Amino acid sequence: MSDATSIRVEHSNRASRIGLAIVSGAVIALAAAPWWADRASLRLLSEIYAYVALASLWNLLAGYAGLVSVGQHAYVGLGAYVLFALAMLAGVHPLVAIPIAGFAAAIISVPVALLMFRLRGHYFAIGTWVMAEVFRLSAAQVSALDGGSGTSLPAAVILSIAGTRQMREFVVYWIALALAVAILAAIVMLLRSRYGLALTAIRDNELGARSNGVDVARVKYLVYVAVAFGTAMVGALIFLQKIRISPDTAFSVNDWTAFVIFITVIGGIGRIEGPIIGTLVFFVLRQTLADLGAIYLLILGAVAIVVMLKAPKGLWGLVADRFGWQLFPLERRLVIGGKQPS
Amino acid sequence: MTSSILTLSKISKRFGAVVIADGIDLALAQGEALGIIGPNGAGKTTLFGIMTGTVPPDAGQVFFDGADITRTTPERRCRMGIARSFQIPQPFGGMTVFENLVVAAAFGGGKRERDVYARCAALLEQCGLADRANRQAGSLTLLDRKRLELARALATSPRVLLLDEVAGGLIEHETAALVALVKEVRASGVSIIWIEHVVHALIAAVDRLVVLHGGALIAEGAPAEVIRRPQVAEIYMGMEDLGIEADA
Ligand SMILES: Nc1ncnc2c1ncn2[C@@H]1O[C@H](COP(=O)(O)OP(=O)(O)OP(=O)(O)O)[C@@H](O)[C@H]1O
Ligand SMILES: [Mg+2]
Repeated sequence: MSDATSIRVEHSNRASRIGLAIVSGAVIALAAAPWWADRASLRLLSEIYAYVALASLWNLLAGYAGLVSVGQHAYVGLGAYVLFALAMLAGVHPLVAIPIAGFAAAIISVPVALLMFRLRGHYFAIGTWVMAEVFRLSAAQVSALDGGSGTSLPAAVILSIAGTRQMREFVVYWIALALAVAILAAIVMLLRSRYGLALTAIRDNELGARSNGVDVARVKYLVYVAVAFGTAMVGALIFLQKIRISPDTAFSVNDWTAFVIFITVIGGIGRIEGPIIGTLVFFVLRQTLADLGAIYLLILGAVAIVVMLKAPKGLWGLVADRFGWQLFPLERRLVIGGKQPS
Repeated sequence: MTSSILTLSKISKRFGAVVIADGIDLALAQGEALGIIGPNGAGKTTLFGIMTGTVPPDAGQVFFDGADITRTTPERRCRMGIARSFQIPQPFGGMTVFENLVVAAAFGGGKRERDVYARCAALLEQCGLADRANRQAGSLTLLDRKRLELARALATSPRVLLLDEVAGGLIEHETAALVALVKEVRASGVSIIWIEHVVHALIAAVDRLVVLHGGALIAEGAPAEVIRRPQVAEIYMGMEDLGIEADA
């Protein structure tokens, strides 16, 4: 049955080739959105991209590395504030400020991680939330950015993006799409690499991973820093688009952590496709129920509870397991002598 | 003692009132196959935890190849060459059986991913898992999970292999195949400690047997001789039964 000389490992299968074709087609169509969508739709799509990116990053952190942070709004706000500070106080071009905001957050996340990783279990989650509060209170102290009341980007900064309003909106839209695609691509590449192997093992069984030689602490550390980097860039872009910032909006636990967790959990935590599906479901719910006010949040909560009880692997887990679907070629399937064992 | 590869020195451990080890000394010689028996709850698995770093001892030291590793993390110990199969399997449930081995071989063995594929495929064959290579490990039966434990431990290319009850539930020819596999691994230069209730399998594979009871090693010597000692038979009643049961 087996011929030791003919061993092959395949990453993609029919499902993932179809999946990748769908994803590629969707990205091309979305990149052309300025030609087929109106202004409101472009804004909505940009928001969707931001949530896909934030949720994918949180999924990497909590779903794979087991770091259940409820304080990622710390990095959204930090990134946003770094962009505003650089653009308004140092005259840095706002688009250049986006990656700088990412680097700044990554640097700050190094000592933060040192502190947070001393906390075990639930205390880690609580610690991340407290840390985000500290970030918010600190931002409120920055009088150069009008402290607690917040501030807006001056016209000169906005004009530096592009001359006309339409072009500005197009540019910001494309950057939002590019950032989400880049973050997803980076996550796919990470998961296909040696680190992905380690991360997936950690996701499934930390004791097993450690006992098989995986340096769990180091992998978690790197993931925490990388996720801070990505999250801050997304945060910077979100507020560049909003133009206005205040500590309460930039460090909103509701907008940047609670909704992100909701998205990931209903979509499927610990699966790369989960946050994408979750974001789509979230926006469908939001667009159809937003008029209901507080009831809308109750419905979100109810949906989350039902999904957690009925489909603990999320909506994507529900269908993917049944039909063998996958959007990205992440597997390593062994082929022996031209045949694939079950 | 210079030739011993893994040494427990004056190890003590208790969980509340339960004394697991009370100043235990144990040395595994280079290339040796050592068996550990003892009644349920004696603390055999805990000793493996102390050797691999998942359980900190209250007192005493662990040495590997002459170096004190008492405070070394489990992942480093694995990379140094101490591999373990868990009595309660710890598979990477969402990964395929093959990927499980790749993790162990790449990280535990300190190799590049591509370089371990062939060896992992060969190990799957050796451990009777080749036809389930691409199955999710979480969907395996308990017996196959145990096979996976063994395969994964071997995949790390260990110098010391710790086996915790890998024979339970096997039918006779499978037990014989397991014993043959253990002997083969040992012949390749790997030192082995094997905890096993299926005593006849153990006796066939190890050079020396120790008996853990009440926090101490109460007997030690040639396997066939040790299990005949009245003192061992007394505290470890039903040992023979277990051996027979496994054949059924
Ligand atoms: N983490 C722990 N905390 C508290 N008690 C523990 C812990 N781990 C093991 N024990 C207890 O220590 C004793 C020894 O357990 P251990 O699993 O080491 O025994 P064992 O000899 O391997 O038993 P078996 O033959 O059933 O596998 C048991 O009474 C067990 O309940
Ligand atoms: Mg045990």
